[in-house]
Amino acid sequence: MLRRAIENLGNRTVQGVWRMGFAARFFFAVLLHSGTAFRRFGLTIREMYFTGVLSLIIVLVSGLFVGMVLGLQGYETLQTYGSEEALGVLVALSLVRELGPVVAALLFASRAGSAITAEIGLMKATEQLSAMEMMAVDPIARVVAPRFWAGVISMPLLAAMFSAMGVLGGYLVGVQLIGVDEGSFWSQMQSAVDFEQDILNGVIKSVVFGVVISTIALFEGYDAPPTAEGVSGATTRTVVTSSLAVLALDFVLTAFMFRGLN
Amino acid sequence: MQTDNLVEIRDVAFGYGARPVLKGVDLVARRGQVVAIMGSSGCGKTTLLRLIGGQIRPDRGTVRVAGQTVGELDQAGLYRLRRKMGMLFQFGALFTDISVFDNVAFQLREHTDLPEDAIRDLVLMKLNAVGLRGAARLMPAELSGGMARRVALARAIALDPMLVMYDEPFAGLDPISLGVTGNLIRRLTDTLGLTSLVVTHDVQESLKIVDYVYFVSEGVIVAEGTAAEIRASTLPYVHQFVHGEADGPVPFHYPAPAYADDLRLGARHA
Amino acid sequence: MNRTTLDLWVGLFVVAGIAALLFLALKVGSMNTVNTSDSYEVVARFENIGGLKVRAPVKSAGVVVGRVAAIRFDNERYEAAITLRLDKRYAFPKDTSAAILTSGLLGEQYVGLAPGGDSVKLKDQDQIRLTQDAVVLENLIGQFLYGKAQEGASQ
Repeated sequence: MLRRAIENLGNRTVQGVWRMGFAARFFFAVLLHSGTAFRRFGLTIREMYFTGVLSLIIVLVSGLFVGMVLGLQGYETLQTYGSEEALGVLVALSLVRELGPVVAALLFASRAGSAITAEIGLMKATEQLSAMEMMAVDPIARVVAPRFWAGVISMPLLAAMFSAMGVLGGYLVGVQLIGVDEGSFWSQMQSAVDFEQDILNGVIKSVVFGVVISTIALFEGYDAPPTAEGVSGATTRTVVTSSLAVLALDFVLTAFMFRGLN
Repeated sequence: MQTDNLVEIRDVAFGYGARPVLKGVDLVARRGQVVAIMGSSGCGKTTLLRLIGGQIRPDRGTVRVAGQTVGELDQAGLYRLRRKMGMLFQFGALFTDISVFDNVAFQLREHTDLPEDAIRDLVLMKLNAVGLRGAARLMPAELSGGMARRVALARAIALDPMLVMYDEPFAGLDPISLGVTGNLIRRLTDTLGLTSLVVTHDVQESLKIVDYVYFVSEGVIVAEGTAAEIRASTLPYVHQFVHGEADGPVPFHYPAPAYADDLRLGARHA
Repeated sequence: MNRTTLDLWVGLFVVAGIAALLFLALKVGSMNTVNTSDSYEVVARFENIGGLKVRAPVKSAGVVVGRVAAIRFDNERYEAAITLRLDKRYAFPKDTSAAILTSGLLGEQYVGLAPGGDSVKLKDQDQIRLTQDAVVLENLIGQFLYGKAQEGASQ
């Protein structure tokens, strides 16, 4: 019984690694065939509407609420050390370095990522991708690559908007509601947040997340079995795998970027 | 070399992994013919279409279209060949996010540099040929099954191909649509000088319009002939197929142990 | 959704994203106000720089006049050599002194410049001669305890 369990585990691991290799080849194929996505930028712009613009509401609202909660919780803790005026610093650094890129990425994965997987999976199931191939149009260049680049471009924009809304939320709660001094809120924040170290690193993180989420979403859709259960399973896998990948990569990137601050 | 055979399949074998689907098939389709490929589900008919379209390569044998061996073409050559082939998928496979007009215009926009006016006229002409010029502005979701398939047909002939392949064009249609579809296939083949390959298991409709029939069973061609020859055939498999008999070479019962043993009638008397 | 409406929305989206980035860069963060073209560098040597970091501010009379550009350890003289990048608009006398101060009680450390009286000004790549090391808390406590012990012994 134990032996069978171990065999199973080994089998699953091998399958997983094999699948990752498949996904990596898919990723390189998408990059190779990206010419069309740029030459006919209208295709990419169209996809940016469906991935980016339609994710705006959830990102902006979530950003606002996260910032407001940071303001509340931060104030509670800082008050014990008499450092309430550092609230701006707390809110801004938390958002720009971590919460902005990561939470926006998680939201993007669940909203736009799952939509992409479902769409591509359905196109495959109804033989639309096959039809395109038979009409001598490469589906990877025409359908997959524009969605990839749309995700990569939209992700940092969404993360920036999330952070900006969060700072606003922190400001509303901290300054307007609780009464932290407005001047020190902004001035301490400005002296603590460095453009290259914090903001730029946050942007780099969100670009990496955009690449990862788009690749996973597109691959799962492209590889989904052409049935109802197949597509729904693929959609779930997209959200779960992207979220885990984002969190794991966040650790790796943070270790790289914020390790040697001296 | 100008041959009369547009499609030539010689001794082709193909399998998915360990499971053999085609075990040695010879098939010829001449220019201007409507050729039907018939057989029960899962006998390899669709696989033949995919071999001709170059989506898969045979394990053995050659597939030639217009003198070119499909399996030996590179990516660019394959795409050039596909521009001269049209394929009608089973349920249309229209692009659901764009209109009927844009669907038919797709190949024209992708592969030609024609101005929009010229494209507009061509699209309307193709839609007129299938009788759906008035539906140009509809979305695929608003079409019935039969209409969707006719639009897909208009899309398949958009670039005036020399070969059109139909994957189960009669499946699931009402009697009127059946008649319309069969009529269209024959008319387009004659007026446009195409060659049509129809994969189907609808015997009655196809025998009305085809020139030649191939019967596939268990990965090999078991019978071939003109429509009249097939109707008169006394081969057991063909006879069962054409007349829709419940039992024959294709058995009614799925393989199972003896009935009495399964019900354990013997055990009760022990 | 026709083509132009779509393009409009995507355009707005991109503009909003860039606006958010600009907001973060300018109002939330601090873009480096001193860049290499309109600045000059001077070196100051310290025996102990405490917790001074690169990019820490250089202030005079409480106003930021530059940033710490580089921190190096001189292996021959066993001291720290700090490169200060100062805004070209502000010239300091040659006998200016540099001290490492702490903002607040436990805040970040910065370099404070107190001008001297020399009429000759510091030029690019000059060295500041007079320096005052950072106050290290452990030494201070040690001094305090030692002083207390002395006091107790002499009584």
